[in-house]
Order: sequence, then C-alpha cells, then structure tokens
Amino acid sequence: MTETWIILGATSSMARAFARAVSKNGDQVILAGRDIPDLEASASDCALQGAPIAEAIQFDARDAATFAPIIERASELEGMINVAVFVGSMPSQDQIDADPSLIAGTVTDNYAGPATFLQLIAPEMEERGGGTVVGVGSVAGDRGRIGNYVYGSAKAGFHTYLSGLRNRLTRSGGHVVTVKPGFVDTAMTWGIEGMFLVATPDKIAADILKAVEKRKDVIYTPGFWRLIMGIITAIPERMFKKLSV
Amino acid sequence: MIWNTLTYTGWGRVRSATAQVARPERSSSLAALQAETTAPAIGMCRSYGDSCLNDGGHAVDMTRMDRLLGFDPETGILKVEAGARIGDIARRFAPVGWLPSVMPGTGFATVGGCIAHDVHGKNHHGAGSFGQHVVEISLMNDGKLQKVSQSKGMKLFRATIGGMGQTGVIVSAKLQLLPCKGDIMTVTERRIENLDHFLEALDASQSTYTVGWIDATAQGEALGRGILEEAETGYGLVPDAKPSRAVPFNAPSWALASPVVRLFNAAYFRRVPERGRTSVKPITEFFFPLDKLLEWNRLYGKRGFHQFQCVVPVSEAAVLRLMLDKIGSAGLASPLAVLKRMGPGRAGLMSFPMEGYTLAIDFPNRSGAEALIAELEEITEKAGGRVYLAKDATLDPSHLAKMYPDVTKFAKLVSSIDPDGQYETDQTRRLNIRSHA
Repeated sequence: MTETWIILGATSSMARAFARAVSKNGDQVILAGRDIPDLEASASDCALQGAPIAEAIQFDARDAATFAPIIERASELEGMINVAVFVGSMPSQDQIDADPSLIAGTVTDNYAGPATFLQLIAPEMEERGGGTVVGVGSVAGDRGRIGNYVYGSAKAGFHTYLSGLRNRLTRSGGHVVTVKPGFVDTAMTWGIEGMFLVATPDKIAADILKAVEKRKDVIYTPGFWRLIMGIITAIPERMFKKLSV
Repeated sequence: MIWNTLTYTGWGRVRSATAQVARPERSSSLAALQAETTAPAIGMCRSYGDSCLNDGGHAVDMTRMDRLLGFDPETGILKVEAGARIGDIARRFAPVGWLPSVMPGTGFATVGGCIAHDVHGKNHHGAGSFGQHVVEISLMNDGKLQKVSQSKGMKLFRATIGGMGQTGVIVSAKLQLLPCKGDIMTVTERRIENLDHFLEALDASQSTYTVGWIDATAQGEALGRGILEEAETGYGLVPDAKPSRAVPFNAPSWALASPVVRLFNAAYFRRVPERGRTSVKPITEFFFPLDKLLEWNRLYGKRGFHQFQCVVPVSEAAVLRLMLDKIGSAGLASPLAVLKRMGPGRAGLMSFPMEGYTLAIDFPNRSGAEALIAELEEITEKAGGRVYLAKDATLDPSHLAKMYPDVTKFAKLVSSIDPDGQYETDQTRRLNIRSHA
C-alpha cells in the first residue's frame, strides 16, 4: 500500500529526521512549511533517500488559507494519507510576561492551527479507511510550570485534541499517536540553559516510527520521560504550586 | 538563541577552545547570521589539532546542513550540503555503484571539512586528493553566496580547497563520485618484515586502495615492520557492519604505557598469518576501521593525544628510518601508526599531499611528546616535506613557508577577502598565516 506523509512544520530538525526516515522506507512525502527554498532542499534529500514523491508546499499555522491546497494535493495521491504535525513555537515565559499578546500566536502555532488542519483532512482519511496522525506535543503539556506555562497549556490543549481525534479516527481504521518529547537538541533549544538528557532528532524520529508501526497511543521520547513526568504529575497541587521545576 | 557558548576540542583533545557557536539548520539562517557576524565554519571536529578551534571568537557549526541536494546517475555528480558526512554518502551510494572518489580514515568527516583540509585516502597514489574531485563549491562570504569551480573563480576555488575555512563558509558542493563494483571490499593483508621491504612493497603495489600499518615500537632489524593492506571494491554478500560501540570513559594513563603498546603491537602483527590472508568486509569496515569504536579518542585518557603526520619526497625516504628510530627509542608511540605511498595529486594552494611517503603516528600527550614532535617536524622540513595541518597542533610557524611554498599567494588572497581576520582560527593565528601576505 502506498503511504503518503504530509509533514507540517517540515523545516524543524525533528521533522527533517522523520521525513528522512519515512523516505528510507519508501514512503511519499509532502513537506509543508514556510521556508520554501529550504523545504525544496529537504525534498531533494528525501527523494535521494528513497521517497518516490517528495514535494515542498506552503503551510503557515497562522494562515488557514494555506491549508486547502495541501489537502487538495494529498487527495490526488493514491493510498493512505498520514499526517505528522511538528509545528510549534516557544517564546520564553519572560517574553510573554512582557507582551501577553504573544499568547494568541503561541496557541495558534501549537494547537489551533494544526488542529484546524487535522479537522479539515479527517474526512478524507475516514473515506480512505485508515491512515495515521502523529501529533508532536511536549512533556511541558503535562503540567503547568512557572517556567513556560503558556507554551505548556497550548501543548496540553493539543494533547486533548489528539485524544479526541484518536477516538474519532479509530472508528474508520485510522490511528493517532501523541508524541511527548523531552529535551531535544534542535534550533529551538540551542543555547538554552538547564537542559539535560538531551536527545538527538534522529533518536526522536526513530522512536516515533516505532510507535507508528506498533500503533501506540501516547509515547514519551526518550522513554524515561514517562517516569519523570509520572513523578511530576503525582505531586499534589498544594505542594507543586510552591516549586520551581 | 543563535550563539551558544561552548567549550570544545579537536579530535586529539589536547587543545580546547571556548567560543560562541551557532548551528544553523537552513541556508536562510546561515545567511542571516553571517550578515551579522562573520565566523569560520566547523564540522564534526575530526581534525586533530586546532584547525577547528577559535578560542574567544565565534564559529558556525555546519553539521545540521547535511542534505543530499541532487544526484545525476549518468555523470555520478552529487550535490550535497557541506555538513553531510562522508560515511553516510558512502553507505547511501555504494549499493548503487558509486563511492566518494576519496575518503579519509573516518566516515564522520563532513564534506566541508574534507574540502577545507583537501583530505586524502587510501587511494591517493591513483585518485589524488579529495579536492581533485570537487566540481563546484558554493561559498558564502561577506553575506553573499557564490559558486566557484576550476573554470569560474579558479583562484578562490584553489584557495578554498585545503584553505581551512579561511575563504568563507562552504555551504554546499558538487562532488564527482567514482564508479565502484559494489559495497564490499576484498582485502589482502601481508606481514612486512622491515622498513626497506615496506617501501618496496608500497612502490610495487598495483592495488586501488593501499595502506600500511606500522609497529612503531619495533627497533633494530624489525624497525618499520608492519602489515600491508591492499583492497579493491567488489560485489557480493557479507554480513552487515557490526553495530558500533562507544568508549564509555577516559582510559587511565597506563592503558597506553609503552610495554602495553609493545605487547599489543606484537600481537597485532601476528594476527595476520605469516603467509598473509585475503578476506571480504563491508566497505565501511575497510575505510573507517576506527569508526566502529565511537569516541575512541578517550582511550588516550583525559590529557588527549597528538597525531604527527608528515609526507617526505621519495628521494628522502631515508629520513623515515631516522624518524622511526627516534620514535622507537622515545617509547612514546601508540598502536596507531600508518605508512602510505602518496602520488602527486593535490588540488589547493595549501594542500598537504606531495609525491612521496606519508607517515602518521599518534602520541599520547605525555611529557616529551611535543619535544619529539618538534624534532620530527624539523626533520620533515629539512627533507623538503611537510606536515599535515588537519592533524597539527604544534608546528612552529618558522617551518610554514618552506613546507607550504604557496602560503604567500594564499595569505594575500585571504587577507583581501577577510581583512579583519574574522575567519581566523587558533591554528592560523598560531602559524601566523596572515603575516605571509
């Protein structure tokens, strides 16, 4: 069966690693993002790694007008349609404290934009009777912390959305994987202090692929983050509110 | 954040630098940061000495720009981003009949690094240096991207190959790949009893890929004994390369103490039967034997090690005996010592190769190591040879002009491109390269 992956936010290093990995498996890729010249370079790479079709296409989480052409292009292709969502932005909590209007954009990038896109493409997936959605959230979405609770709450919203979408797509044979990465060595985290146990994008991509194959519902990557977040979410709120973790 | 303060080292781990490092993932972010701060590029930092260091300055880590941009199966020309690693290219293309024309001893080296040091491989006597197979370079300097090649911007092209990043940031390149039969190697190993036999065997070798391992602890009659490896590409089926393992911590200093090395080398020599043997291996195991052991530089302990590599003209082969004598009696050698015949092939003004013999030896960073290397450098200069800047952390600047006669031309060009010395590294400052302008 031909598989096509629509990769939203394909310029990120995690998305790039994932696109390369599915290309090596012989899947088709549609790389969606804002920097078209860069996406074209990635598309060349994917084609040379083994993707029979590799295309770059405009996508902006804050501009819903860019969504329809992607869905149209996907509907022309045969086989299963899969979507992997890597979009997101993380202004620091300090920046948001100084300018709370940044919240709207953060919510759009991490939740409202991708959720709108998924809502639009879901009927097409249902019609084809299968397909997988990979939604990249964050461990930050498991609990609101003083350090970045706006970003965390947007991711939490996205997690809940994915849970509902999973409930819906299961009925037509589809599947949704919620991915909660810990610290990953990307451009977004480059130079940020206090990072530990940092994983490479290639490691995250390999974990995601494994989760897709095994039809896992929610994964933490690297896996030990499940334990860390298990502890953090177990702390009673009356104690947690005094901590700065 | 764009700039991250990092303390890092070259592969030898003797010298270190603390620099502001950026790691762009796209051409647009590279262009934006170069427009604001000019800085030399670095890759996987597999050069041994200080050519990748810029203490107190800035550096641009290119390892995230590693995509294959295009391949023409008719001509075998591959366009690739500078951060792509040679081993990854080999693994991707060997099964379909193409290999990088020249590969250094580690597959972790980036394309940009291979160009900037004009590296050579086990086929140098036939294929020449890496730069001789570079068709075009996309170079960024002064915030602008330009393409240089043998036919366009030839001067800049020749200064960039082997130019240690002094002409700007190599963004991507077109490489002429070499047809190969498949992704396995047929390797013949023979014991060689002493240096004279070794030189004869190297001269007589008809193989495409040739390299000699030397027991640098052997003295007297056995001085220069070792194992000659000759290999050809082929097709067939061999088990996949074994998964790599990592050295988990810094080894203690006695791990490479001289009696240990002597015993190890003797055993390693006898590993190959007296009448020799032929075997088949996955391609990466032949070209990148040490890559199986990730972070093997930790075997030298936390003080690190130096690698001395020189080339001397064929007529001066006698000085190799002098060098091996000094090394053997100093008791500083490690198991890693390599002898190879080089052809004349070189592509840049500051390229290392010349027709002759090249000797490479690791020395743990113990007292006496730098003094011994200084002596070896002196001998190399007197013999009309040169030391390899990709390995170097110690060369005295007074040797540079004689070893690299084109340094004046190089320095003039580089100074005109970069008058404020923004692309300088710890190595170019130590060697005072710009003073030759």
